[in-house]
Amino acid sequence: MSYAVDEKGFYGEFGGAFIPEMLYPNVEELRTKYLEISSQPEFIKEFNDLLRYYVGRPTPLYFAKNLSLKYNTKIYLKREDLNHTGAHKVNNTIGQILLAERMGKKRIIAETGAGQHGVATATVCALKGLQCIVYMGEVDIARQAPNVARMKMLGAEVRPAKSGSKTLKDATNEAIRDWIGNPEDTFYIIGSVVGPHPYPDMVARFQSVISEEIKKQLQDQIGREYPEYLLACVGGGSNAAGTFYHYLDDLRVQLFMAEAAGHGVDTDKSAATSILGTSGIIHGSRTLLMQTEDGQIIEPHSISAGLDYPGIGPLHAHLLKMGRAKSFPITDKEAVDASFMLSRIEGIIPALESAHALSILEKYTFSKDEVVVINLSGRGDKDLDTYMQYLDKY
Amino acid sequence: MELKSEKFENIFSGKNHLLSIYITAGYPKLNDTVPTLIALEKCGIDFVEIGMPYSDPMADGTTIQQSSEKAIKNGMTLKILFAQLTEARKHVSIPFVYMGYLNQLMQFGLEKFCIECNKAEIDALIIPDLPMDVYEKEYKELFDRYKLGLSFLISPQSGEKRIKQADRLSFPFIYQVSSNSITGAKSEIKDSQKDYFKRIDKMNLDKPKMIGFGISNRETYNQAIERAQGAIIGSAFIKAVTEPGILEENIERFVKTIR
Ligand SMILES: Cc1ncc(COP(=O)(O)O)c(C=O)c1O
Repeated sequence: MSYAVDEKGFYGEFGGAFIPEMLYPNVEELRTKYLEISSQPEFIKEFNDLLRYYVGRPTPLYFAKNLSLKYNTKIYLKREDLNHTGAHKVNNTIGQILLAERMGKKRIIAETGAGQHGVATATVCALKGLQCIVYMGEVDIARQAPNVARMKMLGAEVRPAKSGSKTLKDATNEAIRDWIGNPEDTFYIIGSVVGPHPYPDMVARFQSVISEEIKKQLQDQIGREYPEYLLACVGGGSNAAGTFYHYLDDLRVQLFMAEAAGHGVDTDKSAATSILGTSGIIHGSRTLLMQTEDGQIIEPHSISAGLDYPGIGPLHAHLLKMGRAKSFPITDKEAVDASFMLSRIEGIIPALESAHALSILEKYTFSKDEVVVINLSGRGDKDLDTYMQYLDKY
Repeated sequence: MELKSEKFENIFSGKNHLLSIYITAGYPKLNDTVPTLIALEKCGIDFVEIGMPYSDPMADGTTIQQSSEKAIKNGMTLKILFAQLTEARKHVSIPFVYMGYLNQLMQFGLEKFCIECNKAEIDALIIPDLPMDVYEKEYKELFDRYKLGLSFLISPQSGEKRIKQADRLSFPFIYQVSSNSITGAKSEIKDSQKDYFKRIDKMNLDKPKMIGFGISNRETYNQAIERAQGAIIGSAFIKAVTEPGILEENIERFVKTIR
């Protein structure tokens, strides 16, 4: 596969592992073991069984008739929102907890933005009886309260990240610092295709079940295994990576990524990294990120905590650079519009993150016979507080 | 290429143990960098580690995070730093070691960065998130050309091979991180740390070792220098200059509590 990571952990010029020596032994241990362990038949069996019986996979590929009529094309929704815990994030945490277990780690740490990854991590830790500490920005703790409560219910400790913008970027910094301080017993479950190699590749592999299923489901439903378009939102990029994974080399398929434009890409409140970002290093990876001329990372803004991140994964930076994928900036308002639209015409309340992907329907005209698969990465329960603020407008 | 630095040779060949101080440039006030450097030399500090503030310092604890945040708000940039250091060089001759994260160098431009370092007579660099293998392949040649050595970090978790690699690549010294920890003042050195200091010391490495992270007072400094050529104090110093009062007096008072 030409878009696969190389031996050094690079996708073209992006990726790598730019980490301090204190993290080197940990990351190196993971790098040398993740492929070996995750390809053992016994690992694969437990992973697949858990995805099937615990998570509820395969998730449906739903032909959205009303949505298709409205946009005059053929729209299928990949229902990752129906996973146990309510988003795609759990595909990855199941994979990583099985790795952690086999590497003899007893203490699990994670960062979270929207809280979906935190909940998914707390869930698998409960399942495996492992200690769980989740770092979450103070701002996100306030705006995603239901998920904070769920993590606590599941027995996890939620530690507020109080530095910088007090959002996902800062929660990630805190998790990295924790890992530096606890190099022996701790496994860091990263929630997206970001961070030092091997995380982007490892997380993409665990999420690739999404496109594996889409292929089979399209074959069953329309008699061919590919759509013309795949649409997904990109925070760090894990749900998009999973959605694209088995189609990366299939040039019949166009890859569209929705990014959080916040108040707009021409304002200082945005998180549209592919437009506002330049090449640099964030969280141990060379990729596109939003930064000042002087190389200080800019505090992003998005209404959606899961997209409120000033970088994107190195795979996505590479896909954009090669022209393999195209990015669409979606504003806060456009995302909320799309959430209400989907709720009212299909009876599905999407997560704010996923709503960004839906919004591409307003930006691009698909033809009548083209097949468009949108990854509905999560459900909107966690966002109801936000949605209620807009209720009188719709 | 063999790097050489007369300044460092002189201080490391002396009998005395070294004391180095980490400062956050542009802190507490933007223009405090130069007076801080002058005061440190006056107090007999052997060399200074000059921290360029970064928005996302992943190896740093709250003290340095907060001082960095403040310094950035004060308006600190690399351009200003180089101007300040060039000014400082009119008064200060002890070695300067630049410490900063890789992203800042990349954005500034690597070669331009090296040229500015030479102008400001920066003697060596610490870039904690530049791994040794990447340095060797992509950066060493350029830095060598500008006679800029890099001091690499080792930690209690570093294997023997890594330590030997750090010994081979580091110049002028190896930065020995005192424990599995980010930066931040600690009040004591634990037995496990003493064992680690001893273990590394017995390896008889070629390059001198400076122990840093968590060194905060006379006691921890004295314990560190039993097993290394010197020690570096950061967070405890930042706290001292955060106190109200006259900067120079705070600095002098703090250094006197160490040695
Ligand atoms: C439902 C949902 N979708 C998408 C994302 C964004 O992450 P990623 O880009 O890694 O898929 C999140 C992150 O929290 C999420 O909760």
